[in-house]
Amino acid sequence: MPTQEYLQAERAQLWREELRKTIKNKERTDRIRVKMPEVDAKIRSRTYDEVNMGLTPEQAQAEAQRCLDCVNPTCITGCPVEINIPKFIKNIERGEFLEAAKALKETSALPAVCGRVCPQERQCESQCFYTQKLGKEPVAIGHLERFAADFERESGNISIPEIAASNGIKIAVVGSGPAGLAFAGDMIKRGYDVTVFEALHELGGVLRYGIPEFRLPNDIVDIEIDVLKQMGVKFITNCIIGKTISQEDLKADGYQGIFIGSGAGLPNFMNIPGENLIGVMSCNEYLTRVNLMQAADPESDTPVQMGKKVAVIGGGNTAMDAVRTARRLGAEKAMIVYRRSEEEMPARVEEVKHAKEEGIEFLTLHNPIRYEGDERGRVQRMVLQRMKLGEPDSSGRRKPVAIEGDTISVDVDEVIVSVGVSPNPLIPSTFSGLEITSWGTVVVNADTMQTADKAIFAGGDIVRGGATVILAMGDGRKAAKAMHAAMSGF
Amino acid sequence: MNKIISKENFSDKVVKFEIEAPLIAKSRKAGHFVMVRVGKKGERVPYTIASSDPIKGTITLVIQRVGKSSEKVCQLEPGDYITDLVGPLGKATHIENFGTVLCAGGGVGVAPMLPIIEAMKNAGNKVITVLAARNKDLIILEDQVRKFSDEVIVMTDDGSYGQKGLITAGVEQVIQREPVNLCVTIGPAIMMKFVSELTKKYNVPTVASLNTIMVDGTGMCGACRVTVGGVTKFVCVDGPEFDAHQVDFDEMLMRLRAYN
Repeated sequence: MPTQEYLQAERAQLWREELRKTIKNKERTDRIRVKMPEVDAKIRSRTYDEVNMGLTPEQAQAEAQRCLDCVNPTCITGCPVEINIPKFIKNIERGEFLEAAKALKETSALPAVCGRVCPQERQCESQCFYTQKLGKEPVAIGHLERFAADFERESGNISIPEIAASNGIKIAVVGSGPAGLAFAGDMIKRGYDVTVFEALHELGGVLRYGIPEFRLPNDIVDIEIDVLKQMGVKFITNCIIGKTISQEDLKADGYQGIFIGSGAGLPNFMNIPGENLIGVMSCNEYLTRVNLMQAADPESDTPVQMGKKVAVIGGGNTAMDAVRTARRLGAEKAMIVYRRSEEEMPARVEEVKHAKEEGIEFLTLHNPIRYEGDERGRVQRMVLQRMKLGEPDSSGRRKPVAIEGDTISVDVDEVIVSVGVSPNPLIPSTFSGLEITSWGTVVVNADTMQTADKAIFAGGDIVRGGATVILAMGDGRKAAKAMHAAMSGF
Repeated sequence: MNKIISKENFSDKVVKFEIEAPLIAKSRKAGHFVMVRVGKKGERVPYTIASSDPIKGTITLVIQRVGKSSEKVCQLEPGDYITDLVGPLGKATHIENFGTVLCAGGGVGVAPMLPIIEAMKNAGNKVITVLAARNKDLIILEDQVRKFSDEVIVMTDDGSYGQKGLITAGVEQVIQREPVNLCVTIGPAIMMKFVSELTKKYNVPTVASLNTIMVDGTGMCGACRVTVGGVTKFVCVDGPEFDAHQVDFDEMLMRLRAYN
């Protein structure tokens, strides 16, 4: 948490005091949450344009007025990167949008990204006074974050955060996903000489190859990374740590600290009959072809199958991204096949809602047991086992149980398997001195993100298995703070 | 980075490039491959590294014109740059003194086999190489292969050079003649399938270097998956070399046709 003194001093500023007096609390809390405008489902399900359109300045100010500027802003505790939420929201309320954007950048390397893809309902907004005490809809913190970041970008006046004087210490970052970018942003601010190594030909990790344009336009990722470049972070693409450059090479090149943010890029398959038929693929392959390689663009050399009857297996955000992508690529029938019920789905509520509006069918309590192909080896049918919910398991979720003998057969011409990812094995298999779990994750001290090798820190999915963008960013920030403390001898 | 230093046309179809890539040149071993992308709309395509010069900081790729992407690479000239080049990828070939090693290479597969022939020879093996192609013009790298082989047998489909016949005929005459401890085969999938079936009959352990469809080449998508011994493997990280007698070549041949 930011210190209480700092938060109180910010809150005590004259403009904040005066702003609080302009509207009575009762009046603020009586207002209804502003709704984010969206592109109509019929139109958007055939285009790649962003679904959420963003708030207008008037809408943003109206929503900002709902925030009570609490003495004890509990919302901050729900944010993994501890954004000073009341400070940026009150700046929106008074119309100082660029100041609001600056406040975001004090702690977040990618505000335009987070405002779009964070599950705020489980983070900041779940800790809002409205949710906690009033039983009302929370202040739309995510939408306001997005508004401030977008306003700054569109204004052409992007501010570059202040950088400490260079200390000449070289730090290597493995992976340019959200964990690595957050870490790099915090370390460059502290004066380190930071280089990010990326295996692919483009930067951003899952922000680039995973999350589709209709949820997170690539231009926005580019611009946020560009700010890091302007701050002095160096980026090297097409470089695989462990293959192109070894751990020893990094040490020999004078890198004194390494942060590993190599993610969980290894797709899981179910190992059922027919999974290697043509047309059955991992969500990573499908989304990489479409998002990173732009395969739907006729000018792109990378092909992608455009299925007419597409099934996506799984119930997470990635499954929603894949099925909505398939719809946009022309699928007449696009289905989610999930072995539990909708209540247990890990996907964001908003994504499920958007998917349904776009005509996605949900086959919950169904689990594929085999795929069948035609004489050319192309998938043409899936056999699904009907399921029911049994007793809660150790995690508290009710376990899916097969209803013996109750199966159905559904015609498909494309199947996308989205049943989770495992940590990328490149680092565990090529680095020495790390402690690796049987799941392939890197063991760290949970407070400092330091590994068994004192010079190496790690965060994001390589530590957690598949998790969220913002948790990865939180890890990156935590690791930067701890590495700086270790290096400056605290 | 990744400037083309030299270009040599082996034939109308086959081009050899020497490319600046100091980091890859330093860390690559026999059997490793790279992913190549040409142009902003280009796709990522795998090519095995034929040789490298760590002092000059270059790697050599031998590329056959088979489609749009290989054609794009082959149109590049010395001084041009490869847009993206990443590697070395995959597992290196397992090299040791096996005794007698039979290397069976078809068409452009001879290029990725060359570093293996060299490494096997340097490890003290007796190396017998069978080179095969449709006709004389498509036999490549013969002089370099001879340099590191104790014996070279050339097979052409039309008999325009060496013996007339398929690669399997060359392989079979060696196996019938003398004990072979290991066979390494690289070439079109259908060729490797038949070599594998033949060596299985004679119980000669065989390694094949598989050339499946790939996207990233780093293990994050599974486009390259094959069934080996009943288990799904990713060619880009678990391979590209596998025990040929365990590979489901029919499934692999089927999957290669996914975008045809």
